[in-house]
Amino acid sequence: MSLINYASREINCKIVYYGPGLGGKTTNLEYVYEKVAPSSKGKLISLATETERTLFFDFLPVDLGTIRGFRTRFHLYTVPGQVYYNASRKLILKGVDGVVFVADSQIDRMEANLEAMQNLYDNMAQHGYDLPKMPFVVQYNKRDLPNAAPLADLDAALNPGFPVEDEARQKPTPDPYRPGEYLVKEVDGVWIERVPTFEAIAVRGEGVFDTLKAVSKQVLKTLG
Amino acid sequence: MTAPRATSWSFREEDSARIRGVLQDFLREAQGRTALLVDRAGQMLVTVGEPPTFDPTAFASLTAADFSANDQLARLLGEPEFGALFHQGEKESLYLADIARRVILVVLFDNRTTLGLVKLRMKAAVTDLTAIFTAMFDRDPAQDASQVDSAFLGEAEDELDKLFGS
Repeated sequence: MSLINYASREINCKIVYYGPGLGGKTTNLEYVYEKVAPSSKGKLISLATETERTLFFDFLPVDLGTIRGFRTRFHLYTVPGQVYYNASRKLILKGVDGVVFVADSQIDRMEANLEAMQNLYDNMAQHGYDLPKMPFVVQYNKRDLPNAAPLADLDAALNPGFPVEDEARQKPTPDPYRPGEYLVKEVDGVWIERVPTFEAIAVRGEGVFDTLKAVSKQVLKTLG
Repeated sequence: MTAPRATSWSFREEDSARIRGVLQDFLREAQGRTALLVDRAGQMLVTVGEPPTFDPTAFASLTAADFSANDQLARLLGEPEFGALFHQGEKESLYLADIARRVILVVLFDNRTTLGLVKLRMKAAVTDLTAIFTAMFDRDPAQDASQVDSAFLGEAEDELDKLFGS
């Protein structure tokens, strides 16, 4: 539900980082905040507990500048990952234009990843959004840790693909971000589409901007 | 719950002029300092009256979160919603009201007026704004789509590459 304000000539888009607790959502935003030029960013707001766990959300506006007369901004939000904060998590999804799911690559966090992904689908559905039809990317974070699961296992669990109903789109579509892989392909006679995925080590900033750029470009395409 | 339409919506200059007119009348009658409209996704739409001395983007996102959190509190109590909220400060206070379930009207006021007067004048403003916004939301967004064209997308992608690294 991006807003095009012809009166003030502004376009604002909302991107939400979702995922299990301690997966690195806030770290993504902090890295963006640290690296983006001061003229292109607003205040980073964190509604967190005393122990720096996200209580409600983190918020960072990023300004793309004036494009063909429109001041274009991305509003980046994170949600609290802990299971019992679902009420606040759901609120932040209101009006979302694009979603980044930050998965924790560690094998022992697989169940938490799956639970968070299911929770994302449930909350989006309750808002009336169809996640597979929206800008959506998955980030596999913490790739540097020794107990990180193989990418194939993470894909199988978190990004198995959804059926492609539209016949015009039933053709092999290369994954622009993973050479040799396909986003749309035929598996056992059924055409399926996966979402783009990114490996990341958010504490070092690796993969943070690739992820954000990919979802932002998807969001821009939905404006036209 | 009623699902909101998950599409873009647009805010035209003629909308802005009508809305500003309503807000200016309201501020004068209520003797408030600043009136702001924020959408439920946390985006600032309009400010009228004394220019805000705070960061308006941060203010908008916190207002939307505040209103949404209180909506949930209302439901826990079995109320469909809290249609209005009041935050009292020593010098400055805020009164917030829902418009058509999509927008929040916020008025910032100080001790030059009273909560009673603000509430009284707000009712008429809410009715007028609800009519204007309901008509805007019912409009076909495709009517405005022409200004966000492929040239815009191309330039926006270039800016993304510059800002986030290509």
